[in-house]
Amino acid sequence: MTDLENKIIERAENLLESGEAARVVGWKKGEFYFDPSPAEFDSKEQLRDFVYNGFCGANLSKYLIQVSKKPGKTAVFLKPCDTFSLNQLVKEHRVNRDNIIAIGIECNGKLDIEKIKEKGVSAVTEASETGKEVTVSSLYGKSVMNKEDILLIKCLTCKSKKLVGVDETIVLGEMEEAPSDRFEEVEKLEKMTEAERFAFWKSQLSKCIRCNACRNVCPACSCVKCVFDNPQSGVAAKANDDEFEEQLFHIIRAFHVSGRCTDCGECSRVCPQRIPLHLLNRKFIKDINTCYGEYQAGEAADGKTPLTDYTVGDVEPNDVFNAGVRK
Amino acid sequence: MQEIKEFVPNIVAFCCNWCSYAGADLAGSGRLSYPANVKIIRVPCSCRVNPMFILKAFQRGADGVILCGCHPGDCHYVTGNYYTRRRMAMLFDFLNYMGIEKERTRVEWVSAAEGARFSQVMNDFVKKITELGENRRITDLRVKEK
Ligand code: SF4
Ligand code: SF4
Repeated sequence: MTDLENKIIERAENLLESGEAARVVGWKKGEFYFDPSPAEFDSKEQLRDFVYNGFCGANLSKYLIQVSKKPGKTAVFLKPCDTFSLNQLVKEHRVNRDNIIAIGIECNGKLDIEKIKEKGVSAVTEASETGKEVTVSSLYGKSVMNKEDILLIKCLTCKSKKLVGVDETIVLGEMEEAPSDRFEEVEKLEKMTEAERFAFWKSQLSKCIRCNACRNVCPACSCVKCVFDNPQSGVAAKANDDEFEEQLFHIIRAFHVSGRCTDCGECSRVCPQRIPLHLLNRKFIKDINTCYGEYQAGEAADGKTPLTDYTVGDVEPNDVFNAGVRK
Repeated sequence: MQEIKEFVPNIVAFCCNWCSYAGADLAGSGRLSYPANVKIIRVPCSCRVNPMFILKAFQRGADGVILCGCHPGDCHYVTGNYYTRRRMAMLFDFLNYMGIEKERTRVEWVSAAEGARFSQVMNDFVKKITELGENRRITDLRVKEK
């Protein structure tokens, strides 16, 4: 157990004991070391299963929509990117902020079990991080890996290590900035021809099995009734019959969160087909930045989002392709 | 012998009730022609058009979709078309990012007094789409006849 994990559990314990919080939302030990899952803890005994390790990639803020409606206060542990999601939900009046004790915690990037498996290591029993290296122990021995090679995509291109709008923080060391630029891959796609881009997206989206995980996990996707649940939406409930349905689903999903997507990266993380959904959202983020000025969703809990705002001199839709967007 | 069919594009034009639809009317009463394959759908304001409408039009076989509204600043509801402008700017560039030809989508501002402009805009758009050819990238092949 790391010092950080200790501190977090300690804080959770005294929040519950002092009655300051009626419950704590955090990560619970899963069947394996690498699959902790989001959970609610109501008592000190339950906290025995609390974990905070390299596989706690899950963003807990969406759970607060429900939990903040329960009586009593809820304490929640949020990594930097998760705090942006909470802030955005507060801005949209989805979470009752008065019922939340938000505790920002240190994060230096979370690990991707799939990438570790690709390296031929399975049955992982522990992963301890020391700077740029991770020692991965498994039933079959130990191996040292370069951390950058096994980070989740979202952490490779993490937008910020700021903890926004939290009530307290638990940070023991200096947090490292992300190793790469998050718009790099979007730019690569932009430089392709239309036909190449079409081929790229067709090959990616045709893998989609319409499990809806990307929609369900997204903190920005929080409508009670979703357009895709409407049988008339023209999107078959399960696997798609036609490639149009894949396009429709993905275009609308990305459009509905544009201007509100905090780039938390959960969609790409949960996709069982490993479709790079972040490249869809980031295109919107990049275009918004270029056309309407730099904007980071979730940074502030008030103000207008770019698509619910305008200026008289905005770029014309027919010109957007040359308005410096296609640089 | 196989019959060689000339490609006649299907065009869907969303026109706002207050300016562009009236502009189309004026074009009609002024006997200015615009191609018969432009199917006009009247909407209360250009900002009534959500991205789903546009995708649905493509799904059902449209080869091009054009959205017409009052000139910015002249919206009957004061600011509706400013929102349209942002939304469509984002949507069109996004569609292009997914590989959809950028000529297939268009926004034009046409006032109630611009009958001639309405016919001009439609003629131009139909010409562009005819040159571009059939929409195959963003369509539901099941709704095609063959
Ligand atoms: S679209 Fe993806 S990256 Fe954006 S907020 Fe939703 S889950 Fe996070
Ligand atoms: S999570 Fe992946 S497979 Fe599931 S619906 Fe989203 S894109 Fe498709």
